[in-house]
Amino acid sequence: MNQILIKKVLAEGVKELVISVPQIAKARKAGQFVIVRANDHGERIPLTIADADAKAGTITLIFQEVGKSTLLLGSFKEGEFILDVVGPLGKPTHVEKFGTVVCIGGGIGVAPMHPIACAMKESGNHVIAIIGARSKDLLIMEDRLRNASHELHISTDDGTYGTHGFVTDILQSIIDRGQKIDLCVAIGPVPMMNASCRLTAKYNLMTVVSLNPIMVDGTGMCGACRVTVGGKTRFVCVDGPEFDGHQVDFTELVKRQRGYLPQERASKEQFLHEGPRCYEQSH
Amino acid sequence: MPREKIPRQPMPEQDPQIRRRNFAEVPFGYSPEIAQLEAQRCLFCKKPKCVQGCPVGIDIPGFIKLIKEGDFAGSARKLKEANALPAVCGRVCPQEEQCEIVCVVGIKDKPVAIGRLERFAADYERNNNLVTVPDLPPPTGKKAAVVGCGPAGLTVAGELAKLGHKVTIFEALHQPGGVLMYGIPEFRLPKAIVEAEVDYVKKLGVEIIYNAVIGRYMTVDEVLESYDVVFLGNGAGLPYFMNIPGENLNGVYSANEYLTRSNLMRAYKFPEYDTPIAVSKKVAVLGGGNVAMDSARTAMRLGAEEVSIVYRRSRKEMPARVEEVHHAEEEGIQLQLLTNPIEIQGDDQGWVRSMKCIRMELGEPDASGRQRPVPVAGSEFEIEVDTVVVSIGNGANPLVSQTTPGLETNKWGNIIADVKTAATSKPGVYAGGDIVIGAATVILAMGAGKIAAAAMHRYMMDIPEPVEAPQAEPEKS
Repeated sequence: MNQILIKKVLAEGVKELVISVPQIAKARKAGQFVIVRANDHGERIPLTIADADAKAGTITLIFQEVGKSTLLLGSFKEGEFILDVVGPLGKPTHVEKFGTVVCIGGGIGVAPMHPIACAMKESGNHVIAIIGARSKDLLIMEDRLRNASHELHISTDDGTYGTHGFVTDILQSIIDRGQKIDLCVAIGPVPMMNASCRLTAKYNLMTVVSLNPIMVDGTGMCGACRVTVGGKTRFVCVDGPEFDGHQVDFTELVKRQRGYLPQERASKEQFLHEGPRCYEQSH
Repeated sequence: MPREKIPRQPMPEQDPQIRRRNFAEVPFGYSPEIAQLEAQRCLFCKKPKCVQGCPVGIDIPGFIKLIKEGDFAGSARKLKEANALPAVCGRVCPQEEQCEIVCVVGIKDKPVAIGRLERFAADYERNNNLVTVPDLPPPTGKKAAVVGCGPAGLTVAGELAKLGHKVTIFEALHQPGGVLMYGIPEFRLPKAIVEAEVDYVKKLGVEIIYNAVIGRYMTVDEVLESYDVVFLGNGAGLPYFMNIPGENLNGVYSANEYLTRSNLMRAYKFPEYDTPIAVSKKVAVLGGGNVAMDSARTAMRLGAEEVSIVYRRSRKEMPARVEEVHHAEEEGIQLQLLTNPIEIQGDDQGWVRSMKCIRMELGEPDASGRQRPVPVAGSEFEIEVDTVVVSIGNGANPLVSQTTPGLETNKWGNIIADVKTAATSKPGVYAGGDIVIGAATVILAMGAGKIAAAAMHRYMMDIPEPVEAPQAEPEKS
């Protein structure tokens, strides 16, 4: 269990791991996540499941290396084991035949968007996918999102690929062409989800977002992941990770995501300086 | 011949000024000489009241007698006949309100130090590598699943394994022990001791599957496809908050999060361990229970300059053990009694800076029988804090109950289980510990585990429930 079968580099600092976790692969549904702990000294970090193969008993994790824990995970090789993989966690995406669903993925958020687009398509929805990145080199999963949608649009902030601009610019043009939209799903960095929600609110388009706050246990026990939704405190790990984007307090979410910045910087510096250490890899 | 009067033996402990800054265990435990001296204080009553006071019914005079005779390992074995976790219980049980409160010696003198003796015997056995596994009966061929590797689950597992059943524990976290590992701090219950006691349960043949969140990873119904019976001991789940403004500022923690980071994730050793925790100067802990004391004492050990317990009632109503409050005060933790927080205030970056409180006074008794605290008008004041730990209890985690059709819960979400058998509304499913009774103690969870194990054994082996003895109290006409 927990063995890395395939490792790929999707973009600079963006890694894909296919890991063997048969029961999670069988039980998981679109929108759910896992918590991983790389080794005996590691922290527990939530990662959304980007894909799964119940027959092969595998799930796919795609993550950006931003701090020590993701750098450490990214340093693992094929054949190695991740000490702990917990899941599937969170409520699955509510999937039904809505009609036309626009799936908006920004940056690394394209990865958690993928299984949702797949599930929406399988349920008979017309899926319009919009994916974006800062630059062409950082765009991920284009082919997979093409397969998961009926219509794929791409934007890059610097114009090196697709439409020059943001995913919200494309969304605006789709709205402007008079497209009937029954549901939007937006996943990505908080500013991108916030911008998407501000736009869809103007047109009264129901918009689901998937949130990625700091977590510890991921089972509702600690409350580290609390967010304010519609004026009420909710736990992302058990009440989410998906919420009505028009109700989410994104300003608070951003502040809470920065709760450990000094420690995270120190930890990353140390890791980059000293490299991974050898710790227990099994129970 | 009159017995020579031996006073209750104190247990040596770390100096408060030193221990407030380290995570090593506070008391050192008895030496064999002191333990034998203390054991001599026991009267070895024919009808021992202490045993009735023990939720798991340990043969207390029996194990103390073996200490008196110098057979320390034998004493530990005697303890383990009734309690798989004696080194844990010797440390964290509230003996002063269970076995020791009814001790006959305690009528005229201080009671026998039952808890300290229990701890001594268990520690002696473990430290001298004398732990042995009892002879197990032949396998029954029956399989039991236990959800949650905390005190209740470990007790059920140990009891059923000793009866010859194959037991698998599904644990949500990456380590065993539940609250013993994530909740109770190292300085009160060293993790190596928890691991050793869990190891004993494993030696009885119990298998533990980690990272298995029942309700998500598998449902209870799926578990029942492969097991004859299931015990739910998934614990008290969701932390309560005060529902006052500012609770989502950075630097505000639930006690569960604060303690989990420090204990389970070893954040007190950051950056050697990767999980961070707030570096605080002024900490306020809200609440007056044992968990609040643990949080405050942890904050002090993490280097805080000032730590206060903020509690809305008076000292008399504090639910924490007297010993824990005493230890906290010795370590320089201040008690802000009859004080209730009304707002947490932060800076523009979202960090806690201060807390607005109001003075309280005690009014008429409320439903709990304690005097209801009422705010004193116009008494608001502010205290400077950079970390707030909310320690006001937990609600029931819904992950299991929401995914298990036919499992009845009460209005708070706790699973309903029969007091005498721990049976739930769903056949083959039993439950006990905090998920049933709400946040309580380690030993009450273990008591429920013993009851459940006995009933689960009967269920699996088709043994009829024991017939109730007729009530001694005659019916009123």
